[in-house]
Amino acid sequence: MNTTRRTVLKSTTASGVLAGLIVAGALRPTQILAADWNKAAFDAKDTAGALKGMAAGAPAESKDLILRVPDIAENGAVVPVDVISSIPNTSSITILVEKNPFPLSAFFEFANGALPEVSARIKMGQTSLVKAIVKADGKFYIAQKEVKVTVGGCGD
Amino acid sequence: MADPMKIRTSLKGDVAEIRILMGHPMETGQRKDAASKTVPAHFIQSMTVEVGDKKVVEGQIGVSISRNPVFGFKMKGAKVGDKVVVSWVDNKGNKRTDEAAIA
Repeated sequence: MNTTRRTVLKSTTASGVLAGLIVAGALRPTQILAADWNKAAFDAKDTAGALKGMAAGAPAESKDLILRVPDIAENGAVVPVDVISSIPNTSSITILVEKNPFPLSAFFEFANGALPEVSARIKMGQTSLVKAIVKADGKFYIAQKEVKVTVGGCGD
Repeated sequence: MADPMKIRTSLKGDVAEIRILMGHPMETGQRKDAASKTVPAHFIQSMTVEVGDKKVVEGQIGVSISRNPVFGFKMKGAKVGDKVVVSWVDNKGNKRTDEAAIA
C-alpha cells in the first residue's frame, strides 16, 4: 500500500486544501457521464428505499438470473459477486447488500453489445442477503443469496 | 490523482472479456483513522466503459464497493485492436481515464 499517497491524501483533506481547490473551481465534477449519481437511491438505508430511489417496481424471482457469491466470506471488505442474466433484453443490473448501512452497492447499464453480466467486489458489514436486481423490458427481476460474513468490512 | 487503471482483455470468438482494476481508497465515510477521526467519504461514483468509441457500460457506484475496485464485463461484437476506454469520476470531482486495446 502506498503510504505516502495515503498520508498526502489524508493531510490535504484534513487541512482543507482539497476543499479550497473545489471552491476555487479547480476540481469540478466533470461532465463525462450523462447520468447524475442517484443520491436518493445510494443514501437509502434499506432495500425498499433504494428500489424506490431507482423507480424499480416489485421484482419477480427469476431462474434465468444467476447470482454467484461465496456462502461464507472470510473478509467482509472484499466479497466477490458475479451476476449473469439470461433474461432477454436485460438493460441493467443492480447489486444490493440488505444489511449494509447503505444497501445499494452499484448499478450498471448495458448497451451496444455489452452482455448483461458483471463481476464486482463488495464490502459487507455483516451476514446478509446479497441481491441482484435486473431490469429487462421495463420489468424487474431478482435473485438473492445469503452470505455469511465472519469479519465485517464496512467500518473498520 | 490515483494510479493508472489496469485493463485486461481477452477475446473468445467475438466475445471480449474486460477486467478492470481501479486504484481508489473507496472510503465509506464511516471509518475512523488512527487518531479516531472519521475519514470522510471518498469513493468512485460513476464509471463508463467504451469499446470502439461506443459506450457499452455505464455504472453508478456506492461506498460499499471494495477498495481498489475490480470490475468484469463482457461484450459481443468486439474485434482485436478495438480501443477500450474506461473512465471514472469520484465524489470529490477527481477523475481518471485509461485505455487499452482488445488483444
